[in-house]
Amino acid sequence: MKSRYDVVVVGAGPAGSITAQTCAEGGMDVLLIEKRQEIGDPVRCAEGVGKDALIKHIQPDTRWIAAEVKGSRIIAPDGTRILMSGDAAMKDVGYTLERKVFDRVLAQRAAMAGAEVMVKTRATGLLRNNGRVAGIKAMYMGDVHEIKADIVIGADGVESKIGRWGGIDTTLKPHEIEACVQFLISNFDPGEYSEFYLGEKYSPGGYAWIFPKGGRSANVGIGVLGSKSGNIRAISLLSKFIETYIPQGRIVEIVVGGVPVTGPIKQTVTDGLMLVGDAARQSDPLTGGGITNAMDAGKMAGEVCIKAREKGDFSVRSLKEYEDKWRSTIGKEMSKSLQVKNLLLKLTDEQLNQLAHSLDGVDVSKMELGKLLTVLIKKNPRLLWGLRTLFK
Amino acid sequence: MSVNVNRYKCGYCGACVGVCPVGALELVETWLEIENTCTSCGICAKICPVGALLVVK
Ligand SMILES: Cc1cc2nc3c(=O)[nH]c(=O)nc-3n(C[C@H](O)[C@H](O)[C@H](O)COP(=O)(O)OP(=O)(O)OC[C@H]3O[C@@H](n4cnc5c(N)ncnc54)[C@H](O)[C@@H]3O)c2cc1C
Ligand code: SF4
Ligand code: SF4
Repeated sequence: MKSRYDVVVVGAGPAGSITAQTCAEGGMDVLLIEKRQEIGDPVRCAEGVGKDALIKHIQPDTRWIAAEVKGSRIIAPDGTRILMSGDAAMKDVGYTLERKVFDRVLAQRAAMAGAEVMVKTRATGLLRNNGRVAGIKAMYMGDVHEIKADIVIGADGVESKIGRWGGIDTTLKPHEIEACVQFLISNFDPGEYSEFYLGEKYSPGGYAWIFPKGGRSANVGIGVLGSKSGNIRAISLLSKFIETYIPQGRIVEIVVGGVPVTGPIKQTVTDGLMLVGDAARQSDPLTGGGITNAMDAGKMAGEVCIKAREKGDFSVRSLKEYEDKWRSTIGKEMSKSLQVKNLLLKLTDEQLNQLAHSLDGVDVSKMELGKLLTVLIKKNPRLLWGLRTLFK
Repeated sequence: MSVNVNRYKCGYCGACVGVCPVGALELVETWLEIENTCTSCGICAKICPVGALLVVK
């Protein structure tokens, strides 16, 4: 470790590793730190990604693709099934990853591009120079080091502190987080589709999922909206779900985690600092998917860093380009998702069933989510009135 | 004022860290550190997916 870099990236998840790789490829001197001793472990993810969104960044590799799915199935509270497959549906599903391997591969790619990587190294605070962010304090093996940098990237996930230290309040309110538990279930055949179980029956303000993970196993989990968690907890709902639907299943791994479902936040840059991925609350508020959004944001942030260095300007004026870029791309999708989510939250299980039944006789199998919603809105104008301007 | 962590239950996921309004929690590998700035507001205990936190007034 040196005492100065051009860029210090905090957190080696998908967001941090892609940012570090992009910066290093652009000739910048990069340090990527991760507080855990093993990158990607323990996992906090259901590991589902869309094919197209993934392939933009990296070619699929059997080392970290656990399973390939044919599409997704949405299950209404009364058991009505809506099947979505084909190319269009692949925007949202496609692969189940093995993130323990995937995350490490992404960090290795950053390393091979020239970034220095340090694990078991935790950021404990920011350095400042004339009020602006000028590096970090980090603890490695019990010793605190000061590391100067032109710019600090906060890629520190759901528990992010970098933003708060830099004066950007990213604290999640209870209704802005899904509290999740997932079991890797063995000894059952999940089929070839990713499944989403909607309704209060399965989870208040969230959903249950079954993502095939290959070799007669699947990630089976439940997320509960934080504001509805407390008396009811994700872990007890999940145990009940498995007893009911997969009694023969055997639990071979437990995953616990929180997903930000805030929607686009107001501020993600300040002088000498940018936030990416879950730290910037960039996961999709409807699906909770955040891997490819984090990668997209990392790429955009890296490219803006390179430009900032050319200009010699790491102030907000220069970094704002990143903020504009992510807002006009992934941010737009997130806003739509947030509106759909807010509407779904208001629907009763009976109304959800009604929506599912309205698709009787419609071939939705080749539609993507946006198109499916358009059809739903047409058929249920009163129920979905609030969404009419979103999907045309 | 503080919270108690049941270390035998906690899945060290960091969700509680993200919701604490005063930044009193910190996840270090597999354990939570709790600073004395905790106001016992109870938000972390509410959202913990496995119920590993207990507020002490
Ligand atoms: C139960 C669950 C299921 C999910 N399912 C899916 C899914 O199916 N598909 C999908 O796309 N997304 C899913 N997500 C969301 C997805 O996991 C995240 O959006 C994604 O990991 C975000 O990537 P990131 O790089 O921003 O953050 P992370 O992957 O969380 O990485 C952040 C890293 O920063 C490190 N860090 C934190 N603080 C510090 C510090 N002070 N110093 C050094 N390092 C630090 C952490 O240890 C961590 O490794 C799920 C999330 C959960 C909880
Ligand atoms: S939310 Fe619960 S399981 Fe997760 S780190 Fe906090 S106490 Fe542990
Ligand atoms: S009780 Fe409130 S202040 Fe105390 S740690 Fe939990 S969230 Fe933070």
